[in-house]
Parts: sequence; C-alpha cells; structure tokens
Amino acid sequence: MKIDSDMVEYLANLSRLNLSEKEKSEMQIELNSIVKQIGKLDELDVDNIPPIASMAPQKSVFREDKVLESLDSEDVFKNAPERIGNFFKVPRIIEE
Amino acid sequence: MELYKLTVHEAHELLVKKQISSEELVKAILKRIEEIDEKVKAYITVDEEKALEASRNIDKTGNFTSSLSGIPVAIKDNICTKDLKTTCSSKMLENFIPPYDATGVARLKQDDAIVVGKTNLDEFAMGSSTENSAFFTTKNPWDLERVPGGSSGGSAASVAADECIFALGSDTGGSIRQPASCCGVVGLKPTYGRVSRYGLAEMASSLDQVGIITKDVTDSAIILKAIAGLDELDSTTAHLPVPDYTKSLVPDVKGIKIGIVKEYMDYEIDDEVREAIANAAKTLEELGANIVEISIPHIEYAIWAYHVISTAEISSNMARYDGIRYGKRAKRYEDLIDLYRQSRTEGFGPEVKRRIMLGNYFLSADNEDKYYIKAQKVRTLIKRDFDTAFEECDLIISPTAPTVAFKIGEEVDDPIKMYMNDAWTVPVNLAGLPGMSIPCGFSENLPIGLQIIGKAFNEAEMIKAAFAFEQATDFWKKRPAI
Repeated sequence: MKIDSDMVEYLANLSRLNLSEKEKSEMQIELNSIVKQIGKLDELDVDNIPPIASMAPQKSVFREDKVLESLDSEDVFKNAPERIGNFFKVPRIIEE
Repeated sequence: MELYKLTVHEAHELLVKKQISSEELVKAILKRIEEIDEKVKAYITVDEEKALEASRNIDKTGNFTSSLSGIPVAIKDNICTKDLKTTCSSKMLENFIPPYDATGVARLKQDDAIVVGKTNLDEFAMGSSTENSAFFTTKNPWDLERVPGGSSGGSAASVAADECIFALGSDTGGSIRQPASCCGVVGLKPTYGRVSRYGLAEMASSLDQVGIITKDVTDSAIILKAIAGLDELDSTTAHLPVPDYTKSLVPDVKGIKIGIVKEYMDYEIDDEVREAIANAAKTLEELGANIVEISIPHIEYAIWAYHVISTAEISSNMARYDGIRYGKRAKRYEDLIDLYRQSRTEGFGPEVKRRIMLGNYFLSADNEDKYYIKAQKVRTLIKRDFDTAFEECDLIISPTAPTVAFKIGEEVDDPIKMYMNDAWTVPVNLAGLPGMSIPCGFSENLPIGLQIIGKAFNEAEMIKAAFAFEQATDFWKKRPAI
C-alpha cells in the first residue's frame, strides 16, 4: 500500500506534529521508500511463527510494596516549563 | 607520560601507588578537552568545577581500593546525571536537568568514578553518525572530515582522542559497537537485561542497552563488573549473579569454537574490511580456536524487522515529550492539543519526526498485523537462527560495520544507506545477545572493527576471546594523531 498525502496528514496528526507542505511531500517520498524496503519481509512465510515482543530474561516481576524515598519535588519542578506552586500549568481544557 | 592517555587499569595502578593524584588526572583530561575538543566536538557539556571538586575529595580520603576511584568518565548525553544537563542532543531537552542519576551512573559514582562531562549523540540516539544531533556533528579523531559513527559518536570519539579515560554509551541497533569500530576503540553492548536501563532516555525499550566504550578489553571487563546486575528500578534486569569479568582476562581461546557467518560473503562489504575479518579469523585460529562456518539464514531480514519494531517503540516512547512536565514548551499555542503539536514540531529534528511517523504507520489499525506483528515473528526467526548457530559454536564473529568511517555529509540524505551501516549489529539487539567491537585492522589509517557475539549472559566468554585477540595483535595500540 502506498502512503498518500492523506495518510501523511493522518500520521502527522497521530504524531502530534505540524508539517509544512514541503515537509509533507518530502516525508511522503521518504516513508514510501522505507516502507517499500520493508516489503522484503513479505518474502517470508511467518504464519505459524509466534511473535517475540521482548528479550527480557523474566516476564512478570514482583517486589515488596515498600515505601521508598521519592524524588525531591523542587528538583522535579525545576524542569517544568510553567508551574503554579506544586502543579504543572497547562492551558484551560474545561470550558467555563 | 601524558596522563590523559592512560587506561582505567593503568590509572588505577598509579593512583594506588600514589604516583599520581586524582586531581592531576582530572586536570590532565580537562586540559586535553580544552585543547582538542574544539576540533573533535565530542562533548556537549563539561562539568569542570564538580569534577575537580570530586577529585580533591577523593584525594583527601586517599582511598583508591575501588578500581574506578578518582577516574574520569564521559557519559553519553541520553543517560541521566543528577543536577547535570542531559539533552539527548535534542532541542526538546536542551535545558533538562535530571533529578536523579541513571543506575549505570550511580554505580560508577558509588565506585568513586568522576563524571567529567556529557557526550554528543544523534538526537535521541537515532542515527549512525552524530549528524542527527540538534547541536553539532562530532568529528572522527582519525580524520576530522569523517563521522565518528553513532549514535554514541561523542563517547567513542572522546575515548579515541583521550578526552576521557572511558565512557558510557547506549546501543539499540549498534550505537556502541559501530562508533567503537569507526574510532578504533573497544565497545561492549551487554546482553539485554544485564545492565539496568533506569535513567537511560528510552528509544526502543525492547532493544536498548547501556554499555561501555574503553581503550582496551581489560577496561571493558572492569567497567562491566561495576555497572552490571539486578536493579529494582528496571524490571527487565536479570536475576542472575554477575561474574568477575576480570577473571576472563586470560589470553586463551584454545578449543573455543568460533562461528563465522556464512551469509556475510553475499553482503556488500569493503574489501579491506573483508580482508581484516578474514585475518582476524586466522589469528584466532592460530591461537587455538576452531573456526567453523555457521548460518544465520534470516540475517538479511533483520534490518527491516528492526526498523518496524524500533520505530513502533519509538513512536510510543516519544509520546511523553508533550511540553507539560519537562522539556520544551512552545511559546505560542492556541489550546492543549496545539501546545503538544507546536512543542513537538519545534523540539524534534527531522529523523526523530520521520521515525515517529513511521512507527505510527506500522501501529495503525490496518497495519499492525501486516508490519508490527510480522516483524516480531521475524524476530523469532532470527532468535532461532542464533540458537541453532550456538549449538555449533561458542562465539560468532563478523564485521562490526560494512565500511570504515564515512565522510561527513556523505550519507545523511539517504536514510536507507545510513540504515545499512547497522546491518551487522541489529541482529544482535533483536536476539538480545551481548556483542563487542574490537580494533582488528586499518584501511588507509582508518580503523576497522571486529564484532564478537556471545551467548546470552555469557559476556565472560566474549571478553576472553577479545582479550586473547588483543594480546596477540597491536591494532589497539595505535592512536589517532590529534
């Protein structure tokens, strides 16, 4: 399946990115060229092969539910673009 | 002797004997950085003041029992360092100051190693040359017109140019081994789960691993021992004991079976690289190893399965950069969604955007089975290929990269050509195995790397063969004239 300009628009929206017209057309060419290469995987019959999601040596890991020291909130908020006290400031999302 | 040229074990010996102080060593490194980093551009941040202070404190205690005490280390700038800017070479995190240390860094500090600075990388570790850094491109110390490889290019260049004693990097598809190969140093990517990923800015979580770049194999054994092992902060770390890797530093490969991948004859590989790998196999054979031909039948599919899996994971991991809690927030926006969009548009560079878009494509409803699940099935085939191969051998060797370091700008406009640099390293990440790159030759004064691949959690065997090879050759002794 070829990626058309509507698909590029759709993906940009999913990715929360704004692309200029020039970027969109470049992106369309690049994505198509990479996806075409990835079509190589179609040569393989993998119907009966189980997928692997992770090479982690163990699957579910449990530990004691201990209370540990938390990060210093001042250190954390140092990186906040905007804050009000110990809250992150965001644009209004609920209408008055 | 210039102190900046020392390895970890050489510096340790001098520190223990009180022939040098940590302050002298740190000062020598800082001076070296001041003199040549303008040319190499390995560092994004140098923490001169704190490094000197730490060295004085260690000198005061006079306690150098830990093999890393007082020794300067450079950290790739996608590994968090408390109170020291960690940018991931992205405008998104240009001013980010981590409130904690990554586990790898914390363990080095516990052993009294001294962080001198943070090194350049491709933005969020996405690339093979550091050309995708939002700030600048690091130069290869062997030839300043060439790339150092990537994404841990700053770490590899800083080790090669003696701007640190050793460095930490990260490897998702070859990002430690390929730059180590390009810069003529030793790069070690541990087994997935051997070293904690806590505090490493995630790229593709099922493939990422923190690892080491050093001047010789002995140092890589020392550092791996220091950072490896179970960490409650990373549930994918293995519940396995960490052996003393320095015990593997015996030059003995007698009877070890080393597989050479048959398929590599069909690949596009530079003649000089091919010759160097053939010679390396011969050397190992002369040392007593049995060289056997093995097959990884699906190896040519690995790079494409890797790109589906890694971009899918990237698109999810990058979702956290939304301009709310940390990182860049755009100045102008209309509403919350627009804040996300503007901040991400301004904060991410082209390669990061490309991979996020691709990942979202592979994960979108109609494509999930066609691409994402299929790639994970191919991952199974590659894992099985390695399992079968390891029934016939103990280690596998291959070139680390198909060429020596390429010229800056040569491949940057051709993403597919750039991706092919990793054709020999990505299968190792897909299968979760340990891999090393060690110097094994030169082509017109540019280093060539030999990749040694081990069985899962058997880094010890890999280090042993690497050490034997190193002791029998002198490629690693040659340093760039800079």
